[in-house]
Amino acid sequence: MSKKLWEKLPPGSVVLEAGSAVKFKTGSWRAFRPRWIEENCIQCLFCWIYCPDMAVKVKDGKRGEFDYDYCKGCGICAYECPGKKGKKAIVMEEEGK
Amino acid sequence: MGKIVAVTGNEAGAEALRQVNPDVCGAYPITPQTDMMQRFSSFASNGKVDTEVILVESEHSSMSACIGAAAAGGRVITATSSQGLALMWEMLFIAAGDRLPIVMPVVNRALSAPLNIHGDHSDAMGARDSGWIQIWSENAQESYDNIIQAFRVAEHLDIRLPVMVCLDGFIISHSIERVEYLEDDKVKNFVGEYKQVNPLLDLEHPKSFGPLILPDLYHEYKRAQHEVMSKVKNVVLDVAADFEKMSGRKYGLFESYRLDDADIAMVILNSAAGTAKDVVDDFRNKGIKAGLLKPRLFRPFPYEEVANALKNVKAICVMDRADSFGAYGPLFVEIWSSMLHLDKKPLMTNKIYGLGGRDFMPDQAELVLNELVEIIKTGKVKTVKEYIGVRE
Repeated sequence: MSKKLWEKLPPGSVVLEAGSAVKFKTGSWRAFRPRWIEENCIQCLFCWIYCPDMAVKVKDGKRGEFDYDYCKGCGICAYECPGKKGKKAIVMEEEGK
Repeated sequence: MGKIVAVTGNEAGAEALRQVNPDVCGAYPITPQTDMMQRFSSFASNGKVDTEVILVESEHSSMSACIGAAAAGGRVITATSSQGLALMWEMLFIAAGDRLPIVMPVVNRALSAPLNIHGDHSDAMGARDSGWIQIWSENAQESYDNIIQAFRVAEHLDIRLPVMVCLDGFIISHSIERVEYLEDDKVKNFVGEYKQVNPLLDLEHPKSFGPLILPDLYHEYKRAQHEVMSKVKNVVLDVAADFEKMSGRKYGLFESYRLDDADIAMVILNSAAGTAKDVVDDFRNKGIKAGLLKPRLFRPFPYEEVANALKNVKAICVMDRADSFGAYGPLFVEIWSSMLHLDKKPLMTNKIYGLGGRDFMPDQAELVLNELVEIIKTGKVKTVKEYIGVRE
């Protein structure tokens, strides 16, 4: 007899596959969306350091676009962003507006 | 031959833990358990064990440290009582749900309020639904023996669940009794080497513990946890059989005392069973067929076996050293449920006794057994649940 679904689960709900969180796209949780304003960006990479979801993409040492598949819209990047001459390089905007 | 010593229940417990020599111990003091972890910490400081003792800032942290260490791959222990167990509450479910075989002596003590440091079973009864296995112990010898057996039960490949070993605060934890210790190498061989199934520290195979599981699979994980519990009884009996071969001391799912032909019986946990057995003997000497059942494995509860042992008894009093306010006592509920399928059910009463360390005296057992004699005569139970030993 074949095993039932619950009999095949790893004991203790251990996730045996490394990095499987990538399959779980959490971007749909977002109520506010960060917008990157490149001309105000000084490339300090604070947003990349502070982002709890690795949703700030960096290529060749330079900040790139947000990864909206995983960004939950927490706003930490926008809060930490020092901007340039008093102008933020990241602003939060309501989704669907 | 092991050593025969005069020690307290806490000392015997610490000795069992020393002989097992676990990898990690999360420790936070709370009366009346403090003495057990203090003794164990001394073993660690004096190089008698290889255990890393983590002194934490609360029992919540203590259980959290144990969960982390057990997931990492260690054989892990802690001990607690009362408010400490209550503070661990949310982590208890995580230890069980993650299937981490942590062993924890629980030195039973009353819960606040009012504040009270003495023995009753409110703490462990409050944790009975946490998914932990619970093994209860009458005296220092049983506490020592149960702690050693607990590792084999917890770590069995079919089980992998945490175990609480319960012993009564002060009455057992602080009273000096005769205890037979086993030799160190015997205990070491008995518990064997521990190997965690999916250790976090196996860096070649990265994995995660404690994921978010939503309605798509949570129900199935609980179904699997329920299944594991159904296997515990047999493992407890197998381990007890092996333990008997080594020690000569016999353990089962519960102790039946003069129960075979009994008309009346008490069901009672832990230290008070000792006093009650004495009174059962007195009744037998008077020609009254009295008996006693002392549960050992309380979670999972062995309903079928208990029903078999009690089915021919005419009247039973279940003694609870904990209350479920507005309901019957927790032990009564289990014994009552065991009997439901019987065509001819024994008459049953429930007495709440000994809360907050109120002494359980022989006259209380006499009162209970005399009432059972009366119940058989009249065929009637006047009051199901009642407090006894209340000051007038």
